[in-house]
Amino acid sequence: METNWEPKILAFLCNWCSYAGADLAGTSRIQYSPNIRVIRVPCSGRINPLFILKALQSGIDGVLVSGCHPGDCHYISGNYIGRRKSTTLKRFVEFLGIEEGRVQFSWVSAAEGGKFSQVVDGVTQDIKKLGPIKRFVKKQN
Amino acid sequence: MIEQKIREIAKDLLSKKTVDLVIGFGEGTLPLRVTPRFIRSPEKVDRLIWNSFCENNLATYVHKFSRFKLGLVVKGCDARSVIALSLEKRFQPGQIFMIGVPCQRMVDRRKVSRAVKGDILQAREEGDLLYVKGDGFEVSLKRNDFLYSSCQACTHRNPTRADVMVGDPVEELPLKEPYHEAKEFEKMSPEERWKFFEKETSRCIRCYACREACPMCYCSECFVDSSNPKWIEKSFSPSDLQFYHIVRAYHQTGRCSGCGACERACPMEIRLGYLTQKLNQDVKELFKFETGIGSEAPPPLSTFEIADKQDFIK
Repeated sequence: METNWEPKILAFLCNWCSYAGADLAGTSRIQYSPNIRVIRVPCSGRINPLFILKALQSGIDGVLVSGCHPGDCHYISGNYIGRRKSTTLKRFVEFLGIEEGRVQFSWVSAAEGGKFSQVVDGVTQDIKKLGPIKRFVKKQN
Repeated sequence: MIEQKIREIAKDLLSKKTVDLVIGFGEGTLPLRVTPRFIRSPEKVDRLIWNSFCENNLATYVHKFSRFKLGLVVKGCDARSVIALSLEKRFQPGQIFMIGVPCQRMVDRRKVSRAVKGDILQAREEGDLLYVKGDGFEVSLKRNDFLYSSCQACTHRNPTRADVMVGDPVEELPLKEPYHEAKEFEKMSPEERWKFFEKETSRCIRCYACREACPMCYCSECFVDSSNPKWIEKSFSPSDLQFYHIVRAYHQTGRCSGCGACERACPMEIRLGYLTQKLNQDVKELFKFETGIGSEAPPPLSTFEIADKQDFIK
């Protein structure tokens, strides 16, 4: 393992809350780990579990899914539907033997720039402890 | 006798033209095997049989014969699949006539062939005993020692819903431990579980028999066949095999009746049942939902409760 390994983390952020939260963190000049790559999605309910699995398979060390707080969804109930998918998927991948913490979830509102930076730092810390992904990842020849 | 009654009902349905065809089980070409049989005329109902090897889940044919009115011979698990399909609006109301048969639990032919030396040439069932004959041996075996693991985990042997029931309901046996396979794996460490999953899936030849046998796998384009977006490579790399099996199982969340058709269909004998059993256990624990039991509750992933568990979300 390289000594200066830095985790690659993919963040799926919902357009209406978490993405705006990340924006606020940026405009407020709050520092957070530069390990995340952000993909903006319309809603946390839009996230197909295949996205998360495909990311892990492609060599992403950790995935963060973030959406609006319960009750705040722009589409009324998208995050509730997403929550059920997240719950079952998280339990299932951990049951298979993929380490706990590779896939994480959070609620971040558009006003929570500070929380966003904390969440990202927390996820980065967790993934650094776990090390590079070894299971499930597709080895490039 | 069950067999006779199934034939009578099938004859009645076909001659009155209540249904276009009856799908049941017929004698297979090999010992210990039966085959799905499609009966279209009342004269041919004598081809239908019933024994301990009627393992296929005939609910698979619901969407393959979507333009016909079907009479379907269903066990407990098959009935649950039909109900799950009706929740997903896969057929018109009244299109399926369910001939419910209380299930005596099915015999695992692989376990039987492992218990004897040499090829089995003849097999016969009488009461609780199986008489198996082959080249140079003839043994009698207790059928209850050779049941499918999915049947051992079964809690709904009587069809939960049927248009007509054949025979008397059987007594539902209380399980020592429900979801025993999933529980067994939960005791292991994540490393062990991953190793096991890796070892099992490495045998996969990607024939997709598990998908074809499953009544709930009916997408017109499966994610493995889709080229845009291309979710998965057409390769035998371990990662792709794992990907297929993770997603195939995960797509069953809240839809699997636990019939075990996927595992039985697998030519490589990959253990698949424990994956969907885990999902079933989670869905029951989290959302109080069991596939095909109540026919009103919507599929769990298409609905929500405000008070759903969310302690894992930061």
